[in-house]
Amino acid sequence: MAAYRNYLLVWLALLVLTGATVAISYFELGLWNAGAALFIASVKGTLVALYFMHLRYEVKLVLGFAVFPLFILALLIVGTLMDNLFR
Amino acid sequence: MDHAPEATAGHHGSYLAEKTLRSWALTLDHKRIGVLYICTTLFFFLVGGVVALLLRLKLLTPGPALFSDHTYNVLFTIHGAIMIFLFVIPAIPSSLGNFFIPLMIGARDVVFPRLNLFSYWCFVAGIVVILGSLVSPMDTGWTFYTPYSEQTSAAVTVLSGGLFLVGLSSILTGLNFIVTIHTMRAPGMTWYRMPLFIWAMYATSVIQVLATPVIGITFILLAAERVLGIGFFDPAKGGDPLLFQHFFWFYSHPVVYVMILPAMGIISEVVPVFSRKPIFGYRAIAYSALAIAFIGFLVWGHHMFVSGMGTLAGIVFSFLTFFVAVPTGVKIFNWIATLYRGSISLDSPMLYALTFIFLFIIGGLTGLFLGSLATDVHVHDTYFLVAHFHYTMMGGTVMGLFAGLHYWFPKVTGRMLNEKLAKYAWGLILVGFNLTFFPMFILGMQGMPRRYAEYPAKYQGLNIVATVGSWVLALGVFLMFLNFIRSLRRGGLAPDNPWRGLTLEWSTSSPPPEENFAEIPTVSEWPYNYGEKPERRTEGKRER
Amino acid sequence: MSADAGNKHAGAPVSARLGIWAFLATELLLFGGLFTAYTVFRISYPDLFHLQHLKLNRILGASNTVILLTSSLSMALAIAAIRQGQRKLMEIGVATTLFCGACFLGIKYLEWSEDFARGLFPRSNLFFGLYFVMTGLHGLHVILGMAVMVWLLIKGRQGVFSGDYNTPVEITGLYWHFVDIIWIYLFPLFYLVG
Repeated sequence: MAAYRNYLLVWLALLVLTGATVAISYFELGLWNAGAALFIASVKGTLVALYFMHLRYEVKLVLGFAVFPLFILALLIVGTLMDNLFR
Repeated sequence: MDHAPEATAGHHGSYLAEKTLRSWALTLDHKRIGVLYICTTLFFFLVGGVVALLLRLKLLTPGPALFSDHTYNVLFTIHGAIMIFLFVIPAIPSSLGNFFIPLMIGARDVVFPRLNLFSYWCFVAGIVVILGSLVSPMDTGWTFYTPYSEQTSAAVTVLSGGLFLVGLSSILTGLNFIVTIHTMRAPGMTWYRMPLFIWAMYATSVIQVLATPVIGITFILLAAERVLGIGFFDPAKGGDPLLFQHFFWFYSHPVVYVMILPAMGIISEVVPVFSRKPIFGYRAIAYSALAIAFIGFLVWGHHMFVSGMGTLAGIVFSFLTFFVAVPTGVKIFNWIATLYRGSISLDSPMLYALTFIFLFIIGGLTGLFLGSLATDVHVHDTYFLVAHFHYTMMGGTVMGLFAGLHYWFPKVTGRMLNEKLAKYAWGLILVGFNLTFFPMFILGMQGMPRRYAEYPAKYQGLNIVATVGSWVLALGVFLMFLNFIRSLRRGGLAPDNPWRGLTLEWSTSSPPPEENFAEIPTVSEWPYNYGEKPERRTEGKRER
Repeated sequence: MSADAGNKHAGAPVSARLGIWAFLATELLLFGGLFTAYTVFRISYPDLFHLQHLKLNRILGASNTVILLTSSLSMALAIAAIRQGQRKLMEIGVATTLFCGACFLGIKYLEWSEDFARGLFPRSNLFFGLYFVMTGLHGLHVILGMAVMVWLLIKGRQGVFSGDYNTPVEITGLYWHFVDIIWIYLFPLFYLVG
């Protein structure tokens, strides 16, 4: 039962965060809009990964499989921007 | 050796025992799937090779000849696309990798056998779709650069779909290997007791899983642009053609390491066996495979130096490119150190392995010219690049593949190759290869651009040399295949361990039984204790 | 050296988990190309993105987010249930997930048809090109996930899954959560900050 309750709590947190990101979007904050939205999305994504996807309780190897690709994705974005921003 | 009895006594209980078509088409046995891949990829090697011969034949004369310029464009696209996507990329990983990874780590199969079969049929489905695109064949070159690939009337959309399927197959194979290597190793086989081929295949698989999806989405976008009229890569619609190139090379640069790393793995197996010496610098070779895979993700921009990429990116990518040379050099020096004072026997696998080292040094070093921003501007898109690429891919990967095929032929088929024929073939291939491609270095330096159907008459002399070389090369390859086919029936029965190798695949019968090992072996040391033990060797030195 | 050593995990064997995570890595980079394209064009054309994103319905997007988050919850609960051998509860969880997936696609369908009615097509501009391709690819993943879940329900009916064997349920769940995470990013990128 404890497991079920944790999932419900995570789900509630995700709903609250969704509400917050929608609310923020109605204010004009310039670049901070994007920053806040991405930050909240990342928090939500992390919550889903840690609890719904059990990463919090995973062995290190699986954790590595989950995290390493993010690094490669960052390389793709940074490398492309390195050209696009300074062309 | 020759005239072995037709009765295949050694085949009893072997994985080859069942002969029905169904038993091949629906097999879950990694060895059979490996053999299916070997046959498929080698078939496309021959197709791509014939197209290459046609191209070389046309280039015998500077002016118009044989076929139209458009046909020339189509043919070099077909040559490149077939060789890259249907031969070199899957050639070693999917075929020999499939066959030997489980055998070398002491497992009965890969971890997901059904996924493995699905990968193969996905590959075949991709091939069928790609062949379907030949109704309106591509004329874009194998790189499919936008915006031309959006405008041409060729069947780009169909081809994209086919390549997507081939890519999916490649991803699933890589995924299967990664998990297999992590979870299926025999008891006692720690990471540092794994054969170096396994290390190389691990690094390869990581690239396949992480880089291939990017070309997947690129093909999806390319198709979407043509079908839906979006303009991500079309400058007329606000898009950025360089974005296509970034995506394309984010895959296609790492993928050259998908091509070369497994070949390097084979060399790391063959060299110690035929030098009767423990491999020198085991950990350095193992880690350099991972390092090459990783650095391979950082350098894709060096393909775009002259395509309008920003200067900053050019400088950074050029700088990073030099780092690839470090782990590559580490490998080469370690192989040479393994050879040093070994008792070398020049059997055909070793001849190909030495050829690999020789040709790859040339291919690798000329790569530095191209990776260097300043010189690349001069030799980019000339025959210098064509020469470099073929020295690494044919001189490297294909020689590694040939080494592997000769090395493992007895294990796969249960038959020995005709060694004499193998050596003749090798000699022709070595001479023919260098005759074909070395002149291209010079042609490129002199300024002959690639991908043109015609060229100024002053370049004709070296072009004749290259074309004649291609005939010698073709003859050598023909002899080699003749040897394969002939030995399937008439080769002598192979003993379990003809080369006295210590990796696990040699501890089972030739060909292996369906379940690979009667009993799963337990591993207690690394597989490179050839010749004298290291302790005794130092003593011997002191006496001398 | 077995990777299973020190397994703190009750469910699927480590090989299955490694397999699905490696597959998700592939999926991440498949979408990664699109996220890269989004970043590049967003930086190149900030005004276009701002003007165009106002044409999307924020409330519908938020509803879809809530629906997908709920589907993730029901999927997580289904896995927790089958680990304890509660088949009935698992089936309810999977069915709920399936239902949420269908709702998500329904709303998506409404949004798209409204866009088409207003003359907004993939070729209209780069923003809508990205929007249709990314949500379209995401939608395909939702459909694929739903297909697998129908299979799970059929197998579940046959009593295949139990507290000892539930790998397919867990694997499907991981895939589904991943699709959810993709949407968690798509939603703000298109509807909120465009």
